[in-house]
Formats: sequence, C-alpha cells, structure tokens
Amino acid sequence: MILSVIVVLGSLVSVLVVILVKGAPALTVSMLTETSTGGYYLGGKGGVLNAIVGSVYLVGGATAIAVAISLPTALYLNEYASRSKLAGFARQSLDILWSVPSIIYGVFGFTIMVYFGIRASLLGGILALAMLELPIMIRAMDEVMRMIPLKLKESSYALGATKLETALNVIARQALPGVTMGVLLAVGRAIGDAASVLFTAGYTDSIPRSLFDPVASLPLAVFFQLATPFPEVQQRAYASGFILLIIVLSLSVASRLLTKKATAYVIK
Amino acid sequence: MKVTRLSKTHISVQKLNVFYEGHHALKDVTVDIPEKQITCIIGPSGCGKTTLLKSLDRLIDLTDNVEVTGRIVFDGIDVLDKQVDILDIRKRMGLIAQTPNPLPMSIYDNVAYGPRIHGTNNRKELDQIVERCLQVASLWNEVKNRLTEPASKLSAGQQQRLCLARALAVRPEVLLCDEPTSALDPISAGHIERQLFALKQDYTIVFVTHTLRQARRLADYVIFLYLGQLIEHGPTESMFTQPSDPRTKAYIAGTFG
Repeated sequence: MILSVIVVLGSLVSVLVVILVKGAPALTVSMLTETSTGGYYLGGKGGVLNAIVGSVYLVGGATAIAVAISLPTALYLNEYASRSKLAGFARQSLDILWSVPSIIYGVFGFTIMVYFGIRASLLGGILALAMLELPIMIRAMDEVMRMIPLKLKESSYALGATKLETALNVIARQALPGVTMGVLLAVGRAIGDAASVLFTAGYTDSIPRSLFDPVASLPLAVFFQLATPFPEVQQRAYASGFILLIIVLSLSVASRLLTKKATAYVIK
Repeated sequence: MKVTRLSKTHISVQKLNVFYEGHHALKDVTVDIPEKQITCIIGPSGCGKTTLLKSLDRLIDLTDNVEVTGRIVFDGIDVLDKQVDILDIRKRMGLIAQTPNPLPMSIYDNVAYGPRIHGTNNRKELDQIVERCLQVASLWNEVKNRLTEPASKLSAGQQQRLCLARALAVRPEVLLCDEPTSALDPISAGHIERQLFALKQDYTIVFVTHTLRQARRLADYVIFLYLGQLIEHGPTESMFTQPSDPRTKAYIAGTFG
C-alpha cells in the first residue's frame, strides 16, 4: 500500500519537477502577461497569454454547458428512469462515448462546422469540449447518485415531497462532493486536451473578441512550441505545460475549499 | 388494569394483499387502526410488519415490482386508489424510520424542509414551527444554539428525535414508526418512547416492534402478524393475557420469534 502511494505521489512530483526544471528558464512574467508575437515561435518576444485566456474561455464555456446538461441528465437517469431500458441504454452509450478518443470529437465537430459553414472558432471549440466532457460528467454524477441510500430518499418522500423536490433538495445535496469530483474530472480532461480543439477552435496569437473568432489553447501551445527546432522555444513549451498544471491543481484545490462547507452537511 | 378508551377507527385496512416479485408478503389482512392510540404491530422478523406499515402511506411504491391489492381507507379516502393525492396522504402520515435518517442539511433545515416544500416560506413562521417541533421532540434545549450545524453531527439518539421533530413539522395526523428505537441505546430509546406515549393525545400512532415488552409498555392495541397473515388483533391487555390463537400464545410465551 505504501508502495502504491509512493508510485502515485512519485509520478506526480517527478512530472512537476521535470517540467519545472526544463521550463524554468522560460518561466517569466512576460510568459503570463503577453500574447505571442509574430516571431515568437522562432524565439522572439511574447508569451502565451493568448493560450491561457483561450483555454480558460474554452473550458469555462464547455464546462458551463456540460454541467447544465449533465446534472439534470444524471438526476433523470436515477430518479425517473433508474432501472428502465432507456437508462441502461443511455449508460452504455455514455460509457462508449467516454472512451472515444478526443480526436474523434474534434473531427466530428469539424465535419458539422464545415456543413454549417462555420470556421474554427471559440464556439466550435467550446462545443467540441462540451461533448468530450459530457459522458465523463454524467457517468461520474450518475454513479454517485446511485450510491445514495434509499432510506434517505424515503425520508423526503415520507414528508410528502415530490420527485423533483427530492431530487433537487436531497439528492443533489447529498451527491455534491461526487458531483464536484465529476466536474473536476471532466475539466481536467478538457483543459489538457489538444486533439479536439485542433480542428474546432484553431489557433491564434491574439485573444478572441467574439465567439466566432479562432482561439488558442495551452495544450496546442505546448505542442506547437515543442515542435519547433529551437531549444529556447522548447523551454517555453515546458513552461506552458507547467502553467497548465498549476491551473488544474489550483482548480482542484479551489473547488475543494468552495464545497467544503456544503460537504459538511452530507450524511455519511 | 389499563383502561382502554373507546376509540373510533382512523385507518381501516381491508383485504390487503402485497406481492414482492411473486412473493406473497401480506395475505388478506383486514384490521382497523384506532384513532389517537398506539397500535403496535408485532411478529417475528419477515412476517410483513414493515410491509404493512409502508403500505399505509404507500411508501411501498418506491420498491420495485411490488403489487398491492385491497383497500386502505384513511379518513374516507382509499389510499391505494391511484387517483388519490398520495403526497397529501404522506403529509398527513409522518414516518419515523428504523435507523435515524436526517437529511443532508442543517438541523434547522431538516425540520423546516417539510413545511417549505408544502409552501411555508415565511421565516418567522418557520422559526416558530422549528422551535415548537424541536421542543415537542425534547431536543430544543440541546440544539437551540447550533441550529445551523449539520444534522449528521448529532448523536444517533438526537438524530432520531430530530426525525420525530421533522415528521411533526408538517402537522400529520398519524405517526408511522418502524422500530424507531431498535438502533438506539436504552436511554435514547426511552426518550423516544416517552415522547410517543405523550403524543398519542393528538396523534394516531402505528408502531412496528419485535420487542414484546415494548409493545406491552406502549400499545393500546396490538396486531400480531405471522408469515404475512394477520393472526390476531385486539386491546393490549387481552392480547397478552388471553390470546385466543395458539400461535399468538406461543409467540407471546416466547416459544418462537
């Protein structure tokens, strides 16, 4: 058991250390505060602010959409259609969607966008990432809600509560820590995903001004910088990767702190 | 000798049959439950006590593949009629479960939950309901300074009293108790028993128990179930001293169960 803890912690720490060591020389303030300039990928001036902001926009939008769809879906699967054939079919489909490689979502999104004549844009990226997040969120929330004991629901129904009241007031609250975990899981996958935004969101050196502008993202920034032959630009790739990791870590910590108070009410 | 008050019927169970996936759990049960008395349902485990209790407010509907036939007449309404407003019936019949099951919210919100879903949102009014119900459940003095704390922080005995307060908050007429003291220590169990005993002034109480001594202490009226059948029912005194059926006699003597 101690061994497995060492393996898990060790890999996290070693990833962090490698990225930090390789990226440290490039980790400057301008990296965080400036957008890329024309010669940036040749070693010129600038930073990856465009990619940082882009990733936040993309994942923020996608997560908002995905949560808005996932929460009602998971509640429906559990409280209204729990053991029906429809629910079984939905769960199976979601499990398959979960394991679909993200490039497929990218290509699928791209095909649809071509059909409607939309070019690579923030909107396209948000929708592709939302599709990527949906199965993860729904299934994670679904599993947590399935664990809620019947007697807890019973105590709500016994007071004359409707299904909806029980779902919103009792089940959603009891499931909150698990729901948060599901959202984090999905955000983690979406923010680090390069393949699904490659075709749908495109890449740009500027910060998008509307939903229809193309947008940069951190994973693609890492990819493009690493693909250059210049060591100083490659260092920036590691630095960008480090920024990405810090964003994910701080999201995780922040959400834990935010839900800490609400989690205290959960019945164990 | 205990004086048995003459009382009118509050809930009338008529030819009740319950099947769980083919298993015949209750067989043709017909019995009248008197108003404002404590009726204890006794019998060995698996005899259908809880099934009978949960049929009364149709919480049994939450179980899969269950079929219920017969009539349960409560205040002139057939509870088993699918057209009936079951939410209103459940509001009028509170439930105290076997293990304390507070909701995932604060102590205050647990009690206020019922009134809120039934449309009381005035803070002052809610405050009064919460205080009154916690007092009746004799929990108020222990929790009045920590109403915003999670209900899960209370001890099991306190949680069960909270559940009693929560049930009372929607002003029910009937209290359905499913072995509410079986998961508690003797002192907490005594608390709950005394409160229920006091509450029979205003409420019809149906109490499932497998402890004969508890039934004898609490009950005005006793229903004995065995293997899904109603064997015998009657006032407590006569059930315990002059049971007419040999199976009741054997059960009360402790020969089985």
